[in-house]
Amino acid sequence: MTALLEARHVTKVFGGGRFAKTPGTVALDDFSFRVDAEPPTITAIVGESGSGKTTLARLLLGLAAPTSGEVLYRGRNLQSLSREERQRFLRDVQVIFQDPYEVYNPFYKVDHVLETPIKKFHLAPSREKARQLMEETLHAVGLRPEETLGRHPHQLSGGQRQRIMVARALLVQPRVIIADEPVSMVDASLRATILESLRQLHLNFGISLLYITHDLTTAYQISQNILVMYRGEVAEVGDVDLVVKEPRHPYTQLLIQSIPKADPDHPWHGHELPVDPSAPVIAVTHGCKFADRCPYATEISRQQRPPLFHTDERRAAACFLYKESPQLDGTDLEQVMVKPVPVEA
Amino acid sequence: MTVLSNGADDNQTARPRMTSSTHYPVTLSPTHPRNVLEVRDLVVHYHTSRGAVQAVNGVSFDIREGERLGLVGESGSGKSTIALALLRLIRPPGRIEAGEMLLDGVDLLSLYEEEMRQVRLAKIALVAQGAMNSLNPVLRVKEQIRDGFNDHGIRMSPRAFEARVGELLHSVGLRREVADRYPHELSGGMKQRVCIAIAISLRPKLIIADEPTSALDVVVQRQVMDTLLAVQEELGAAIILIGHDMGLMAQVVDRVGIMYAGNLAEVSPVRDLFREPLHPYSNLLIASLPSLEAKGVFKGIPGLPPSLLNRPTGCSFRTRCPHAMERCALVEPRLREVQVGRRVACHLYDGEWSRESA
Repeated sequence: MTALLEARHVTKVFGGGRFAKTPGTVALDDFSFRVDAEPPTITAIVGESGSGKTTLARLLLGLAAPTSGEVLYRGRNLQSLSREERQRFLRDVQVIFQDPYEVYNPFYKVDHVLETPIKKFHLAPSREKARQLMEETLHAVGLRPEETLGRHPHQLSGGQRQRIMVARALLVQPRVIIADEPVSMVDASLRATILESLRQLHLNFGISLLYITHDLTTAYQISQNILVMYRGEVAEVGDVDLVVKEPRHPYTQLLIQSIPKADPDHPWHGHELPVDPSAPVIAVTHGCKFADRCPYATEISRQQRPPLFHTDERRAAACFLYKESPQLDGTDLEQVMVKPVPVEA
Repeated sequence: MTVLSNGADDNQTARPRMTSSTHYPVTLSPTHPRNVLEVRDLVVHYHTSRGAVQAVNGVSFDIREGERLGLVGESGSGKSTIALALLRLIRPPGRIEAGEMLLDGVDLLSLYEEEMRQVRLAKIALVAQGAMNSLNPVLRVKEQIRDGFNDHGIRMSPRAFEARVGELLHSVGLRREVADRYPHELSGGMKQRVCIAIAISLRPKLIIADEPTSALDVVVQRQVMDTLLAVQEELGAAIILIGHDMGLMAQVVDRVGIMYAGNLAEVSPVRDLFREPLHPYSNLLIASLPSLEAKGVFKGIPGLPPSLLNRPTGCSFRTRCPHAMERCALVEPRLREVQVGRRVACHLYDGEWSRESA
């Protein structure tokens, strides 16, 4: 079956080039990934800053073109969609950005961000119907229309603004929503409500969700599958329960140990990083990219790039510690992903 | 450790002038370290065309020598305003309306601006939120460290200065070479370490860290926090850690003050707080934390914080509180000690043993 959205052997290099003095930054390195609309899934993409997760989002949204490889929408290259296909793509794939403050034009009332897609996609035949549609959508994300419509962005809280963004995404009935750090700028007490409204969209409207974050805790809470990225490559991928509970890749282990637990009786633990924080970052041309920070690094991991090893039925890790396991083709991550069964709220 | 002998000398010469000698008993038992800072009924308002925004509304707390105090709250709860007020860096339209801030017994509000300049960095240092924004992009790291020395009238030979910069950078886990770099050549974590190095350069008694790691990812966050706490311990300085990450607080601080709408809702030792939060807001805040242990439905706190332009009568949390009573709308609860070492501002504890807080 053709995937709704697919990245195939995608590489994205920033800077560099023939005349540049320094080599470019490789944000994504021969990366393959697909998002299916049926059955709807929630997949988390997790990594530190610089791991390429936002670049992946921008490529999938068509906001940037890959240096090599291709991004496909229903089997067609994003860069060469016809006018009709592009219209359909813009409806099917919606985005929620990180910053609920910057995405609004302060001169317009918030109604504007909801009216625009209604006009653009002719979602309502009349003004009354448009108003009704806006109100229904706001209800769906847990907002009261009388408290939101007719206001300017500065009159609303960050949480309300971000939920209006969720409403805007929902309005056009997309098949997939790409949410890039949707709650990182929102207060802790409001985070939960936004994530809950995203999950409700998934459950009630069958929308797939790509949840991009550096926060493993919320990723664990909301998603079925997780993909841990490290410097433009997959470190570990699979069932979120497996990956978070018993991480295999040393990088995933480090990430999980670094989360400050909200429990004073369970102190922060884990191995100290042997790396000097002020050491210059050298472009790794061969070997595992994590080797310089890895307590288990061996000769082989400094020489060769580790492929994905299929360690468990529903998980693969790119680490030579698991070289006894069969290899997994990087273009076939679906094999380890959980096929979601309909879940009740 | 060897960091900064000069700064310490400076402190000692300054201290007799700063401290009233009768304020503290001469003998101090080690279990009762004295207070470095006592804040009493601090009120900060921002005057706008629509009225006064009551950002901090009568906050009182103490911090002991070497103690780690956390201040937690949502945006707009007044936690960063307190940080700025302690340094007297509130700018118009903001104004400190009332209160006392006693550093070693001397009210900071009574100092002349020039005296206050000497207090900043030397006695109270700030590690600000965005490391990338607080460094000067056109100066090398060591020039920015030199600024602090110059402003506090500390002169030293170029060689002594180089050595000192090296020591400072070393104590925050950076190489000596970083001194010659510009901020844009450093990663976010390294910049935040440089900010810490500057903050400790004059051996302050109190470090205020306002969300020092919120722009960093978890791995770097841990490294930077470890560094900050290590230098804090070496200096014996007290630290006020401001943030909204309850997980980080649980790991790092001794006591937590929970801020809500410009007031302290609860001040408790961190273990007590997580074991048995007293204030309904603390309780909901802790319950709303997602964990790696159990999957479940996300529990947010319904409702929104009140407008600080016109506060509701009575308790400011009552509109979101599951235990709100009639009394909550009428009388604003005072922060009172209801268990040993634990203070809470809530009418639920009106009947219990209590001691009006100072």
